Amino acid sequence: MNAATFAIIVASATPLIFAAIGETITEKAGVVNLSLDGSMLLSAMTGFAIAYTTGSVELGLLAGMATSGVVAFVVAFGGIRLRVNQIAVGLILTYFATKLSALLGGEFVRKPGPSVQKMSLPVLEDIPFFGEILFQQNPLVYFSFLLIIVSFWWIFHTRRGLDLQAIGERPEAAFARGIPVNSLRYFYTVLGGAFVGLGGAAFSLDAKMGWSEGHIANYGWIALALVIFGGWHPLRVAFGCYLFGAIQIVALKMQPTLPDLAQVLPIAPFPLMILTLVFLNMRVVQSFTMRFGGIGRLIRGTAPSALGESFWPD
Amino acid sequence: MSLELRAITKRFGSVVANDTISLSVGPGEIHGLLGENGAGKSTLVKILSGFITRDHGEIELDGTKLHLLSPNEAVANGIGILHQEPLVFLPFSVVDNFLIGSPKEYGHAEAYEALSRISEQFGFDLNPDVSASNLSIGERQQLEIARLLWLGARVLILDEPTTAISSTQREKLFATIRDLAGDGMSVIFVSHKLEEVQELCDRVTILREGKIAASVDLPSPVEYLVSKMFGTGVLPQTRRAKVNGSSLLELVNASASEQPGQIIDANLAVTRGQVIGLAGLEGAGQRTLLRAMAGFVPFTEGSFRVQSAEISELDYLDRLGLGFYYLPADRQREGLVNGLSITEHVALSVTDQSKVIDWNVARSEAARRIDKFSIKGTVESTPESLSGGNQQRLLLALMPEAPLLLLMEHPTRGLDIESATWVWSYLLTLSESGTSIIFSSSDLEELTTYSDQIAIFFSGRIIDQVDASEATVEELGLLIGGVRQR
Repeated sequence: MNAATFAIIVASATPLIFAAIGETITEKAGVVNLSLDGSMLLSAMTGFAIAYTTGSVELGLLAGMATSGVVAFVVAFGGIRLRVNQIAVGLILTYFATKLSALLGGEFVRKPGPSVQKMSLPVLEDIPFFGEILFQQNPLVYFSFLLIIVSFWWIFHTRRGLDLQAIGERPEAAFARGIPVNSLRYFYTVLGGAFVGLGGAAFSLDAKMGWSEGHIANYGWIALALVIFGGWHPLRVAFGCYLFGAIQIVALKMQPTLPDLAQVLPIAPFPLMILTLVFLNMRVVQSFTMRFGGIGRLIRGTAPSALGESFWPD
Repeated sequence: MSLELRAITKRFGSVVANDTISLSVGPGEIHGLLGENGAGKSTLVKILSGFITRDHGEIELDGTKLHLLSPNEAVANGIGILHQEPLVFLPFSVVDNFLIGSPKEYGHAEAYEALSRISEQFGFDLNPDVSASNLSIGERQQLEIARLLWLGARVLILDEPTTAISSTQREKLFATIRDLAGDGMSVIFVSHKLEEVQELCDRVTILREGKIAASVDLPSPVEYLVSKMFGTGVLPQTRRAKVNGSSLLELVNASASEQPGQIIDANLAVTRGQVIGLAGLEGAGQRTLLRAMAGFVPFTEGSFRVQSAEISELDYLDRLGLGFYYLPADRQREGLVNGLSITEHVALSVTDQSKVIDWNVARSEAARRIDKFSIKGTVESTPESLSGGNQQRLLLALMPEAPLLLLMEHPTRGLDIESATWVWSYLLTLSESGTSIIFSSSDLEELTTYSDQIAIFFSGRIIDQVDASEATVEELGLLIGGVRQR
C-alpha cells in the first residue's frame, strides 16, 4: 500500500469520524441518540440541496449540521423533558428522517452539484509520506483531525470535560454538586448531533458526491457500532473509523485480482468488532488496564454508567 | 455559623412529609435528627440540599435567608451534605472526584494541595490517584467530607452515615465530626439509631410522621426518646386469648447474613396459630431473619426445622410449596407488579397447570377477592393507583387461603387506622384457623397488642423473648434500645 491509498482511506473515513465522534460526545453526557442513520441521511440531503440551490458548499455543510442538530434536540427533549425512552425516540426518528429524506430529496437525485475543494496545507504537505496522507486533503478532513484532538482534550483534560463525564456517569451526584445536568445534556446532545449532521453533509458534498435515496449506505448504524467499539474514547473511536475505512478500501482494491476475498472483506469488521470487545472485556484484561492511567482508560473503554437513563431530581 | 429552620412544610399529594418543622443549630453544635423510616428526615435533608423545594417555611444561615431552589445554591451557600450513600463517581480518580463541581478556576494542582492538607488535618488516608471504586464506604465518606470542607461548608449534614460502615470506621467518623464541631462547624446528624445520637449529639430533634415530636438536650432518658420516636396508642386494644397449638417450627442457633443485615445465633420456637412479633431498631436483624426463613437468604449455621423436618436446604419455591408465605415491607416494589391490573395479579397468583388464561374466570375471581377484602378499586385497577392500605389488602388477597406460616414485615406501616385495624382482624382470623404469623414492626403498640410472644433484636441477635401480655411499650423501648436486659 502506498501513500495515495492511505490518503484515500483517511478521506473516506472522514464522514464516519464526524458522526462517531459526535455520538461519542452525546453519549458521554448519558444520552443515546439512536437516530444517527436517519439523521445523517437527512443532513446529507439538506446539505446537498442547500449547496445545490445556493451554490455555497459552506452553507450546505451548515444546513447539514443544523438538520441533525434539530433531530438531536428532539431526542433530548423526548428523553429529558418528556421522560420518554430514548431508544424508542431514536428508533422512530431514524425511520422518520429516512423517509423524509427520500420524500424531500426527490428533485435532487443524481444531479451534479458543488463539492468541497481540495486544499493542501503549505509546508506540511511536503513532509515525506505523511504529507501526502494527511495534508493534501480538503478542509473537511483537516477539521475532522481537529475534532478528534479537541474532543479528546476537552473530555479528558478540562474541567468542563470532567463535568461532561460526571453527568453521564452519575447524574444525581453531579446534580448534588451543583452541575446543571439537564441543561448540559441538551447542549451536548445538540452539539453531538451537529457533528453527526456534518458527517451526513460530508457524504453528499465530499466523500460520495451528490444525492440519492439511502445515500449514506447505513453508515449511521456503523458509526453507532464504532462508538461502542471505540469504548466511548475519541481516540479509539477514531482508530475504529480509520480501520473500518481501510478494510473497505482494501476490499475495493482487491476486487479485480481477488474477487472472492474482496467480497468477504467488507463484512469482516463486524465479527472483528465483537471479538475485540469480548477480548477487552475479559476480567484479566480489564484488571490489567487498571494499572495504567490514560492508556488503561483507552483500552478499558467502559460505557457511561447512566447511559440512556433520564434524570430528574425529585 | 448557625442554621435556623422555621416552619418548613412539604406535601406530596395528600401526605404531609414535613409539617411545620422548626429547628436551630448553633455554632459548634452537633444536632441529632432522629426518627423511624418515613418520619420525614430524608425529605428535610432533600430540602436542605436543594433537591426538592419546600412549600412553606424559612431557612436562614448566619442571618441570611436562603431560597435553596437548587443544589447549586446549597453548595454555594456552604450547606454541605454527606448523603447516605456517598455520591462519588466510582470510575474516576479520587482527585477528579474532588474537583467535580468545584469552582472552575480550580485545577488539579489546587485539588492535590487541598486534599493533602485536609487529609492531614483529620488523619484521612486518601491516595489522590486511585480510582474511587477502590475506596471503602468509610473512605468515600472521608473523600466527600474533605471535598465539602474545601468548598467552604459552614453547615455539615450527615444523612444516616453509619449504615454501611464498620465500627472502627464509625469511631473515626465520630472523631472527625467532633473535631469539626470543635472548630465551630454546625452539624446535623440524621439517624434512626438512638444509641448513636445519644453518644454523639448535643441536642436532638425527634420527628414522627412528619412532625416534630420532641426537641431536647442530650443526654436524655432513653425511655423518653423512645416514647417520642414511636408515639403511643392509635391501635385499638384487642388483646387475644392465648393459643396453645402444636409445635410448628424451630430455629436453633441459626445465623445468616445479607447486605445489609445479619442474624447471629438465633433461637426461636413457634407453635401452630401463634403470632410472634419481632421488635428491634431498624437493621437489628428482624428483616434478615424473615428473609432467611422465607428462603431468600441462606442460613449459614444452625438448623431450621418445620414439624421436625430439617428444611434449611430448601429454597424459596420449596418453602412456598410447604405453605410458607412472605409479605415484604416494600409492597409496591417487591410485592406487586406496577402496571398490571388486579385481574392480572389474580391470574398470576393462581397456580393451576393450564397454559391458557381464562380471563372471564380471572376477572370474576378478582371481583370476588376485591369484595371479600374490601379493596377500594376495580378489577382493572393497578397497584400504583391504590392507597397503601388497599395495596396491603391486595397482597393479602393474593395469598393462598390458609398458609402454614406467614412472614410479614411491617404489616401496617403507612396505613390509615381503618386499614390497619382491618388488616389485623384478618390476620387474627388466619391465626385462629391455624396459620402461624411472624411479623416485624417498629410500632411497639402494634407488637404488644397483637403478638403472643415478642422476640427482641439487638444488633443481629435475639437478646430476649417476652410474653406480650406482660410487656409494656416502655419496657420494650428499653429492651430494643439495648439499654437494659431483663
